[in-house]
Amino acid sequence: MSCEPGLSRRDFMCAVASCAVAACTDVTHTSFFRDRLRELSTADIAAIVADLEREYRERFGKEVTVGTEEAMDGVEFAYALDLSRCVGCRRCEYACIEENNQSRDPEVHWIRVLEMDKDKGIDFAHATPYYDAEEVPRPGHFYVPVACQQCRNPPCVKTCPVGATWQEPDGITVIDYDWCIGCRCCMSACPYGARHYNWSEPEIPKDEVNTDTHILGNRPRPRGVVEKCTFCIHRTREGLYPACVEVCPTGSRKFGNLLDPSGEIRYVLENKRVFVLKAELNTRPRFYYFYGV
Amino acid sequence: MPTMPISGSARTWGTVVVFLLAHLASACAESHAEPHSPHPDDDVLRYVPDATAANDLHLPPPPFTEGAFPCSDCHDPELPVRTRRRELKWAHKEIELTHDEEHRWCLDCHDAENRDVLHLANGTPVAFEESHLLCGQCHGDKHRDWRAGVHGRRTGSWNGEKSYLLCVHCHDAHSPAFEAIRPEPPPPRPRRTP
Repeated sequence: MSCEPGLSRRDFMCAVASCAVAACTDVTHTSFFRDRLRELSTADIAAIVADLEREYRERFGKEVTVGTEEAMDGVEFAYALDLSRCVGCRRCEYACIEENNQSRDPEVHWIRVLEMDKDKGIDFAHATPYYDAEEVPRPGHFYVPVACQQCRNPPCVKTCPVGATWQEPDGITVIDYDWCIGCRCCMSACPYGARHYNWSEPEIPKDEVNTDTHILGNRPRPRGVVEKCTFCIHRTREGLYPACVEVCPTGSRKFGNLLDPSGEIRYVLENKRVFVLKAELNTRPRFYYFYGV
Repeated sequence: MPTMPISGSARTWGTVVVFLLAHLASACAESHAEPHSPHPDDDVLRYVPDATAANDLHLPPPPFTEGAFPCSDCHDPELPVRTRRRELKWAHKEIELTHDEEHRWCLDCHDAENRDVLHLANGTPVAFEESHLLCGQCHGDKHRDWRAGVHGRRTGSWNGEKSYLLCVHCHDAHSPAFEAIRPEPPPPRPRRTP
């Protein structure tokens, strides 16, 4: 076998295998043979974005923009939810699905609205997201919507064996969907059930796909990866409210910059009765629940 | 049982309190004498409603029932002012008052002299465009939260100018409690392999 001097057998075999994989499938070099997103240069990320946009154009028959906005300086996002106002109507759950290109079949719901008994208080053992009612709020019940709590001490990040998930400087925990190996360790580590796995190819109707996306957020995901709420990273990094805040008919949902002393979040923390879910686990969420009345 | 000796300083304070109470009582008596005619020099404090004046909150216009405003189109000042609670048979039949209805009737909030404005409890007129001032009289805590951007629906931008709605954009002023609504369908339960 003739070989160029200096090329090792190992490098040669790698190159051959790479060519074989590339020839057999439609994966692009940017999604399959790349390094971790966090370690790539701006030029490399631009190449990946171009690849993704081409893939989505072919799949959905329209232009999909994949943004790469970075965290703003001096911003740490936080969320506050008024439990005395939430009526459990699930408008947020479906606004989230539409905004973030979650799979419609099988259905993936990043937000789960838990119905709890007023007699029992906050009690996850007796809570259900599957309540089916003609009208809400049902007497004797209250509602606790739960999605990613954007922990300061996230167990999901700690447990990921490949470093595919991390906290951004503005506090959002994100996932590199092309680096995720789908082992679901993060799902078992998350005490809030906030991470969701794509068991089969996510299906999004062409006319319902949201074309405003972010590489770490709501871009359409492949099968076999984990996904979660990113505080609508594609919206919030441009100064907009997350979709769930905008849609809430009772105004239960508040969002803002924790570092802004005159912001809404600080007002809630300073003036209301506030708590976090499962505080005893020391996850230190950036998602606060409060009683506005 | 021995009585507690009253010290000199306590006696002095007692005199001050009695004096203050007496002063307050006379002030109240004066104000009660002429409830709706403030002193002409008081116009600095007197709020003048101006529907067109730009307000710093950029509030959207109030959601009037179509054809209902201006109220003076129908409410002729010549007509007698009726303050008694009664069944509304001719107009405003759709209004069902369930908002502290035991204590209130139309003219506790709507102004009898100028039908196109509301008025506060002290008689100060308030334009419909700024009706939150009227609501804030009783719901001070909600008004404070609303002003801080915490009570009410938030839309637009978290780091830009806050967008406000009036109380009446979400609450019916005559029946402000929210009605129960139909929820969206529940998520599917996890599938089990046979």
